[in-house]
Amino acid sequence: MKDAFGIPQSLLVLGGTSEIALATARRLIARSTRTVWLAGRPSPALDQSAADLRALGAEVRTVTFDALDPESHETVLGKVFAEGDIDMVLLAFGILGDQARDEREPLNAVRVAQTNYTGAVSAALVSAGALQSQGHGSLVVLSSVAGERARRANFIYGSSKAGLDTFTQGLGDALHGTGVHVMVVRPGFVRSKMTADLEESPLATTPEAVATAIELGLRRRSETVWVPGTLRVVMSALRHAPRGLFRRLPI
Amino acid sequence: MPADTVSVSGWGRTAPTNARLIRPRTYQEAATAVRGCGARGGIPRGLGRAYGDAAQNAGGMVLDMTGLDRVHAIDADNGIVLCDAGVSLHRLMEVLLPLGWFVPVTPGTRYVTVGGAIGADIHGKNHHVSGSFSRHVLSMELLTADGEVRAVGRDTPLFDATTGGMGLTGVILTATIQLQPVTTSLMSVDTERARDLDDLLARLTTGDDHYRYSVAWIDLLARGPAMGRAVLTRGDHAPLEALREGTRARREPLAFRTARLPAPPAVLPEGLLSRRTVGWFNELWYRRAPHARTGELQSLARFFHPLDGVPHWNRIYGRGGFVQYQFVVGHGREETLRDIVRRVCEHRCPSFLAVLKRFGDADPGWLSFPVPGWTLALDIPAGLPGLGALLDTLDEDVAAAGGRVYLAKDSRLRPDVLATMYPRLDEFRALRAEIDPRGVFVSDLARRLGL
Repeated sequence: MKDAFGIPQSLLVLGGTSEIALATARRLIARSTRTVWLAGRPSPALDQSAADLRALGAEVRTVTFDALDPESHETVLGKVFAEGDIDMVLLAFGILGDQARDEREPLNAVRVAQTNYTGAVSAALVSAGALQSQGHGSLVVLSSVAGERARRANFIYGSSKAGLDTFTQGLGDALHGTGVHVMVVRPGFVRSKMTADLEESPLATTPEAVATAIELGLRRRSETVWVPGTLRVVMSALRHAPRGLFRRLPI
Repeated sequence: MPADTVSVSGWGRTAPTNARLIRPRTYQEAATAVRGCGARGGIPRGLGRAYGDAAQNAGGMVLDMTGLDRVHAIDADNGIVLCDAGVSLHRLMEVLLPLGWFVPVTPGTRYVTVGGAIGADIHGKNHHVSGSFSRHVLSMELLTADGEVRAVGRDTPLFDATTGGMGLTGVILTATIQLQPVTTSLMSVDTERARDLDDLLARLTTGDDHYRYSVAWIDLLARGPAMGRAVLTRGDHAPLEALREGTRARREPLAFRTARLPAPPAVLPEGLLSRRTVGWFNELWYRRAPHARTGELQSLARFFHPLDGVPHWNRIYGRGGFVQYQFVVGHGREETLRDIVRRVCEHRCPSFLAVLKRFGDADPGWLSFPVPGWTLALDIPAGLPGLGALLDTLDEDVAAAGGRVYLAKDSRLRPDVLATMYPRLDEFRALRAEIDPRGVFVSDLARRLGL
């Protein structure tokens, strides 16, 4: 169960090698999270992530999960929920793709869309159903500011996150009053291995900062969290900027 | 039987969860509900004054017992009442005071049910004299997981598991309670100020034996030499002679008078109770208390239940809600108490309700909270930065000193320290496994702490 501060005792991470997810798990374990499931494709990195969290004192288990195989989601996640209540599901998988190459090779672009959107739709719906029958729990979905407005530099990734973001908002409305809390997290540019090759954007943040914002959002039962918080205002302005101007902005 | 899925939370309004709420109107309906409660079980609930998650059950059933609220029989000669568990202490006072009887133990609110009072084994300002509520319960009827009703007498394992058992052994249907005789409905109260914590502890240690009721309010925002300054109020039921001739009070000495103010609005901003506002309140509260005053006549409601005058007062903490932290440490552990008060002060917790009192002898309930020693209770807004970590370290100190925290108020304890605090936890678990093998009775508290 969650405690008075919204800290879950059990956590399921979809995308078990995500740096943001691991930073969040570390933060929650330092409070009162005791059980962590890391779901992802089997890899040394997944095992290493589990070992790192175990060293902090949590009971950590890994489970094979592939975003690109939605047919398996019901079975795989069903098994996790059958082992006991999950107080929080953190949907953290996603790929950035390579915009230039993906524009040339549409099948690669499709893979980005399928992972970030289709796979997430499936996993989120399965998780939401399980949380609803529990009568409690948080579904935290990592979206991105990239989904707020299409940018020349990453609109394939951005459009997949836009879809995910809209989907999650609607899911949150659908689950309102069921005891399940749905939270969209919109980080700006996060310094991580996913963005290591990219030039840093303004207002860049870190996985740890995102984790801090998630912890606060859990306590407040927020529906939307921006990281850093100033992005809420910045994006509000950018969203309304005329396209001709927006195209020329150095962002 | 009406059933609806609703969001349920404790008085502190943190961590709500959804459950099917069923309000039985007969014992038969209660038994039917228990037999058919489904895989996620059920838990009885009274008036929802437990601060944390003791009377909520995510995805399962919550049995609202307030529909079963009959007073069956009163033995006015010997002061014994037989009533349903859904009867509130408020109702009992209304019925019993004109007959010259008072409830044996009352907490800071009258709006708790008899069932809740037994399930949490509540204590009051008279614990050092009268013990906890269960001491005055002569017998009860318990609806157990098999749907049967058992008569539970004193000095049985089921009695000791149920008193303080947080509703997890079954649904209490009725209770027979020994009452306290009174000749008036007024209290004779002595008030004094203590300038700091040491002064307070000394006054409580030397003076408590002269009073039936005793409690100290502490200003936890006062720092430096004033740390732990307090207002001490102690008293007893006023005798008839104390009431002046010719007054209304003298003509109707057993009238039960209460007053209610309007409730705060449903939505209030978080942060209304900041360090500054609470600091002002505390300063005022301390200064308006007399240095020493004796024999002041106060109504029962004012002495015992000042907050009951404001319905839904828990709303003043805003949407984020609040946690109440109450612990006890034994006599001789004053060092731990001092240390905790110091750390709470240093953390600048905006707590306007911080109450210290001395417990007397413990009662036999396995998960009953009171043990002889010092108990401190404080309300803190849940949004205070660093609060979770602070309370976790306090838990460890309390456990190390052989103390414990109160489950009826808990909403955040970590399960690993629980067994240290409650050494009879394993017996409790074993008895539950025996009488409720399918785990019919379960609450969010039970899930969180693995009770």
